[in-house]
Amino acid sequence: MMSGTVVDSSSPTAAAPDDISGSVLELDEDEDLEVFSKDTNFMDGSSLNTSMQTSPGSMVNQYKFEEEEEQSDTKDIFVTVDNPESHVTAIETFITYRVLTKTTRSEFDSSEYEVRRRYQDFFWLKCKLEEAHPTLIVPPLPEKFVMKGMVERFNNDFIETRKKALHKFLNRIADHPILSCSEDFKVFLTAQAWELASHKKQGPGFLSRMGDTVRAVAATVRGVRNRPEEFNAIQDYVEAFSQKMTSMDKITQRIIKEQKEYLEEMKECGPIYTLWSGSEEELVEPLKMMASCLDRCCRDSEEHTQYLSSNLLPILHEYVLSTETLKAVLRRRDNIQAEFEAKNEALATKKTDSEAESKMLSLAWDSLVGKDPDEIRQQKQQKHKGEIKELKEEIDKLEDKLEWANNTLKGDWSRWQKSMRSDLKAAFTYTAEKNMEYYEKCLAVWESFLLSQRTEASEGGDRDES
Amino acid sequence: MKCACATNYNTVRMMADTGSEEIAVIGNTDLTPSELENNIKNTMVEKGTTLLKRMEISVAEAEKRTGKNAVSMQETYTVYLIETRAVDAASEGANPAPDSLWRRYSEFELLRNYLLVTYPFVVVPPLPEKRAEFVWHKLSADNMDPDFVERRRVGLENFLLRVASHPVLSNDNIFYSFLTQEQSWKEVVFETGFQAKADSRLKALNATFRVKNPDKRFAEMKHYGDELQSVISQLLRVRARVADRLYGVYKVHGNYGRVFSEWSAIEKEMGDGLQSAGHHMDAYAASVDDILEEEEHYADQLKEYLFYTEALRAVCRKHELCQFELEMAAQDLTSKKQQREELATGTVRTFSLKGMTSKLFGQETPEQREAKLKTLETQIEDGEEMVKEKNAECEEFVKNAWVDIERFKEQKDRDLKEALISYAIMQISMCKKGIQVWSNAKECFSKM
Repeated sequence: MMSGTVVDSSSPTAAAPDDISGSVLELDEDEDLEVFSKDTNFMDGSSLNTSMQTSPGSMVNQYKFEEEEEQSDTKDIFVTVDNPESHVTAIETFITYRVLTKTTRSEFDSSEYEVRRRYQDFFWLKCKLEEAHPTLIVPPLPEKFVMKGMVERFNNDFIETRKKALHKFLNRIADHPILSCSEDFKVFLTAQAWELASHKKQGPGFLSRMGDTVRAVAATVRGVRNRPEEFNAIQDYVEAFSQKMTSMDKITQRIIKEQKEYLEEMKECGPIYTLWSGSEEELVEPLKMMASCLDRCCRDSEEHTQYLSSNLLPILHEYVLSTETLKAVLRRRDNIQAEFEAKNEALATKKTDSEAESKMLSLAWDSLVGKDPDEIRQQKQQKHKGEIKELKEEIDKLEDKLEWANNTLKGDWSRWQKSMRSDLKAAFTYTAEKNMEYYEKCLAVWESFLLSQRTEASEGGDRDES
Repeated sequence: MKCACATNYNTVRMMADTGSEEIAVIGNTDLTPSELENNIKNTMVEKGTTLLKRMEISVAEAEKRTGKNAVSMQETYTVYLIETRAVDAASEGANPAPDSLWRRYSEFELLRNYLLVTYPFVVVPPLPEKRAEFVWHKLSADNMDPDFVERRRVGLENFLLRVASHPVLSNDNIFYSFLTQEQSWKEVVFETGFQAKADSRLKALNATFRVKNPDKRFAEMKHYGDELQSVISQLLRVRARVADRLYGVYKVHGNYGRVFSEWSAIEKEMGDGLQSAGHHMDAYAASVDDILEEEEHYADQLKEYLFYTEALRAVCRKHELCQFELEMAAQDLTSKKQQREELATGTVRTFSLKGMTSKLFGQETPEQREAKLKTLETQIEDGEEMVKEKNAECEEFVKNAWVDIERFKEQKDRDLKEALISYAIMQISMCKKGIQVWSNAKECFSKM
């Protein structure tokens, strides 16, 4: 138990980070949670600042994506999403999922955490990560809204699919060398509900966010002039890949549908053979055996279809969603470049206009107000120099920002490609194996049929199959 | 050499029919002519030297013809080439060319109708269906469709082989001429006068009458025929739907092939793996056509027995008819005898119009009574003859029919069991193909 500082426990949602101490967590009934120390950094809401502190160059050196392979051996954080539960309030009904974290990382005060999160929270996390790392490829979230005529939002299949996708989402973040170090990620995994709510309220204010948006829109409108070729190539690839993945998703869904319909019809065969056996004498055994074999094949088919639904389809769907992310990342990078280009243009304009301007209009004005032309000219020139210097400083900053953005994107792009290749290769390979398994099971069923009949007609089983 | 074992499916039949392991085309040359003669009368399948043992028969080809029909209208029809060759000639290594003639489906129908009428106690083998039924959507229901024609050719051959291996039917001369006499076969058939019998047979089959004492076995057999018909119909319907669905599953995989191929164009490392996997997906999608064609054979085997149930029912009905006629004759005799008694003793025990009128209008004269008695006596004599005849007919029919039904039952059990086994073999083949394709695909994926 903690001897805590004075805390107003009646108002758990304290305003400023510093007031929240670990002692507040005493309110938590959960025995598993270790009590926290009074680490005020824990509640540092603004993760925006942390990423921009060092120069781009050193940043790139830090993120050694090639060391990715080692990470899987030295994985030090494990996250699971499970146990969906329905919550009913006066206003709404929603589902929360249990998020379990086990970690040995030193940034975490404890080695195990258990929290409950709803979809909104995951969405918040994604937005924060994208804000902090505009040119990193944040893993996709399952869709917010239900489409394709599935009316029941809380249908079991839907919840199960979503749960698995959320699990994937968090694990991909945990595997990412940069994203997994995000403060927001840590808060997401560890904070209690009200703490998370409080943390969410922090960060850049509304007005500054508006400012960002306005700049972003302006940049979009202007468009980027000289996109480097490699990003063009990535853009083209993403476009094509997106189409292919969408097709793959659709095809797989169709296969599942056809297989389900096939199963429905097949299920009717066995009973007919059983019915038939009731009229026969000599044929009773073979007919009953037929019925049994068909039933077994039906079960095998069902299992196989289930595999496709719960394993192959989700990964394909995830990659369909990730192409949207990729497009957004490319757009954001473009915007950064556009901003940079715009500022450069502004500078160029400023430089060329410096002479002409001071000559014409201001002289006219000055003569009107009766000022000394030379003095005024000097003042103007000073002011002008200052403005140019400011612009140049801004441009330098933007140049750094652009270089940093490009490098992180390139790095993450190569990481994404590797992941994609390995994920899809694994998924397809496993699917092929599952298909083989299905046929092998059916083969065994029918061979057992032949075996059971072999005692009778000697010529029956010996005849070669075509 | 085109022989009677034209397809695997037919080989099965033949071997099943003759009950021996050897291929029947290598004929049994051990029997002397007199034994041959005796054996024709013998209805036991195992010992019979049916026509099939002496002659190779096949329906080798099908061709389209056009010609003028009965009402001088132009029509297109298909003819089938029947080839025959004496077994002896082949076994001596001479290998002469077979004799052949062309027949169309309607002639087969004529032959069958003749056999139905002439041998009412035989469960006559059915013809392949006239029109395609129980089709799944990809299969054409068009009679001119080459696949349908091919399956019909096989079915017709099967029909001929079954007749040729039947202990009774195979000895029929009309059947023999059907196989060998190109010209004027139709006239010969009609000369037998079977048409007249055909009409009365049809009428009898469709008439409703109640039999008081049918042979229980026949009643059970008829019931069995109905059940079998129902169950096979259901099976064929479901099977058609299953085929449709299976087709869908396989064909959609073809889309994987297309997408993999397109996708491989934008990938560097994964390109080759995707491309070759795509080919396997295409192969997988294409493989369903063969699979379903093989399955069609299974459906055909079931169909044959579906149609057999009609023949079975016909034999049972014929028994009922015989029995009914016997009962009618017996009833008639009894009533005549009763009338005689009444006339002799003068008592009217049974109500009759004659009795009433004589009561009303006075008795008849002794002469009239005498005449009546005489007529009755004759009628009773005739009636007794009739009953004896009918009885003998019935017994004969029951004896012969039951033998053939037993033969049919054994054949049916053998054939259907074979069919089930061949279905299993077909499924195994399908599974092996599937394993192969996905194993290949897996290899491609692992190289991605």
